[in-house]
Amino acid sequence: MQPTREHLLWMYEKMIEIREYEETMAKVYLEGKLPPKIQKGLAFDIGAGPVPGEMHLAAGQEPVAVGVCAHLGDDDSVVGAHRSHHFAIAKGVPLDAMTAEMFGKDTGLGRGKGGHMHLFHVPTKFSCSGIVGASAPQACGAALAARKLGKDWVAIAFFGEGAANQGAFHEALNLAAVWKLPVVFVCEDNKYGISVEKSVSTSVASNAIRGAGYGMPGVLVERNDAVEVYAAAGAAIDRARRGEGPTLIEVKTDRYFGHFQGDPETYRPKGESAALRQDDPIVRLGARLRAEGLIDEAQDQALRLRIAGRVESAFAFGRNSPYPDPQDALKHVFAE
Amino acid sequence: MQSNSKTGVRTLTMAQAIAEAIGQEMERDPSVFVMGEDIGKYGGIFSATTGLLDRFGPERIMETPISETAFMGAAVGAAAEGLRPIAELMFVDFFGVCFDQIYNHMAKNAYMSGGALKLPVVITTGIGGGYNDAAQHSQCLYASFAHMPGLKVVVPSNAYDAKGLMIQAIRDDNPVVFCYHKGIMGLSWMSYFEGSTNAVPEEAYAIPFGESRIVRDGRDVTIVTVSQMVQKAAIAAEQLAQEGISVEVLDLRTIVPLDRAGVLASVAKTGRVLIADEDYLSFGLSGEIAALVAEHLDTIQLRAPVKRLAVPDVPIPFSRPLEQAVIPQVDAIADAVRALMRAQPIHQLQQGAQA
Repeated sequence: MQPTREHLLWMYEKMIEIREYEETMAKVYLEGKLPPKIQKGLAFDIGAGPVPGEMHLAAGQEPVAVGVCAHLGDDDSVVGAHRSHHFAIAKGVPLDAMTAEMFGKDTGLGRGKGGHMHLFHVPTKFSCSGIVGASAPQACGAALAARKLGKDWVAIAFFGEGAANQGAFHEALNLAAVWKLPVVFVCEDNKYGISVEKSVSTSVASNAIRGAGYGMPGVLVERNDAVEVYAAAGAAIDRARRGEGPTLIEVKTDRYFGHFQGDPETYRPKGESAALRQDDPIVRLGARLRAEGLIDEAQDQALRLRIAGRVESAFAFGRNSPYPDPQDALKHVFAE
Repeated sequence: MQSNSKTGVRTLTMAQAIAEAIGQEMERDPSVFVMGEDIGKYGGIFSATTGLLDRFGPERIMETPISETAFMGAAVGAAAEGLRPIAELMFVDFFGVCFDQIYNHMAKNAYMSGGALKLPVVITTGIGGGYNDAAQHSQCLYASFAHMPGLKVVVPSNAYDAKGLMIQAIRDDNPVVFCYHKGIMGLSWMSYFEGSTNAVPEEAYAIPFGESRIVRDGRDVTIVTVSQMVQKAAIAAEQLAQEGISVEVLDLRTIVPLDRAGVLASVAKTGRVLIADEDYLSFGLSGEIAALVAEHLDTIQLRAPVKRLAVPDVPIPFSRPLEQAVIPQVDAIADAVRALMRAQPIHQLQQGAQA
């Protein structure tokens, strides 16, 4: 399945937006966390600064998000994991409210109660979770609901290669296959579960092999490439919409930053991240678009400027929004 | 089932009442469906879904693999889409294999979404011991769920309440853990306390959460309790009445929300309180009620220190005499009440010494 011109341009734009967002967050996150502003002896203060807490960035993994989400509408569900900014942006979650959530502000998606690992946006059916492996069962539920409601909606579970060793993965894939649910399981193999290499954690070279164990297609996308992800995801999503059941896809992708910001990355060969950036999927798609005459240099520059403005505006919104009233911590435990 | 066709009131077991409630709500609301292990042809190991497969078919009475994480997570996902799943956790003891989906997601996602998301899920689960099923199939554990913010916890003691509380649970927009004690379900293969099988109207009715029920009115001692222990307390109260001790039995019915006002009103009246609980003693329901009373000693005058009866912080043992020893029985409840009647608070002792 080859992307249309519109989808190629959309994927390109969204990848730039995701990259811009993550590179911006990488810098903003460190505000107020590094010496000399913090007490002596600390290398890093995770709870300080305007964006406190952990921060898992997805720069390098953009092809997975856009290659899948290009096929989705608002009625399709996406459940992500702890590293999910790219999925949220590609699914169309509003940038302002998402950023405000990471700043812990009252205007955030969860009014400051979730933070960056727990983003919920009901209108685009997006959610994510800080628990490794938790997305797969919930995507099954969304897919089950689609079938019960008689809709051709699909659900996507995104998770990392580390999550494929969780019991939840096994249970969810079996359930999806037994019930023939319209769900696609998309595994991002970025080579590391925090610091642990896949070869140390996983009994098979590719999780795609595991699809056979559940009686569902297992597809390996060997290159961190939006067009290749698009093709594999398109086939799987069409199959799901036709009522033919689930598919497992694994994409070999690249994580440019550490597991979280501030990760010393001692487990990683020196220069690995810089080398990965030499094979940047955004640069590659840009070159193709220019070669095919879909975009020229001036349009590319203008696009990048527009995106930078959008991201800057979202960060300004997050930064300038008010904090919630401390008493609001007691609200929303139960629905009214 | 015994019926009185004129009034539409029949005598039902708790299991029959629960299945009837689920069936009536499924008739009313097509978004309600049930998932779980052996809930179809078998009708639920504890008969909570008997007859429903024939009426509603396998698309709404969904047999699951033995995969609690998968179907509890699927309940979260389906509820987020606006459906109202009922997910049966066969024994509450099995929560260990799927608690992440329950307490990290089902209980918290509404909060973390700032109220944008609603998750109307009912978890039905069998609790309790007394039939020698040992440490992994005999626990109550309702306090463990109650400890986690975001879950409502229902613990009925009889068929009438079970029906009304189940209907309320299904209509609630929040996750509800509905704990039915196996020893009051009225099963044909396990002896049960007959007080749990009672008159149940045919029509649907809802019992609001957070409203305790005075099972028996009394003036000397309040027994605060739930579930099967309500039936034991009622028997103990009857025995104690022969000795001239007037016991008030308060059935909490739900522990989240907790009827704090109801507890305080009863204890203020009697001045003595025993908490009879089949869950573990420490850090649980009995401590919570004791703390509640302690926090109100400016308005309540106790005539004796608070007393607690619960499983004394040991796993439930298999052997009959061992199990009977750790799960509070009718005699233990009666003895505890007698001890309360003998006890005196320190201010009375001091007054006595001065006199």
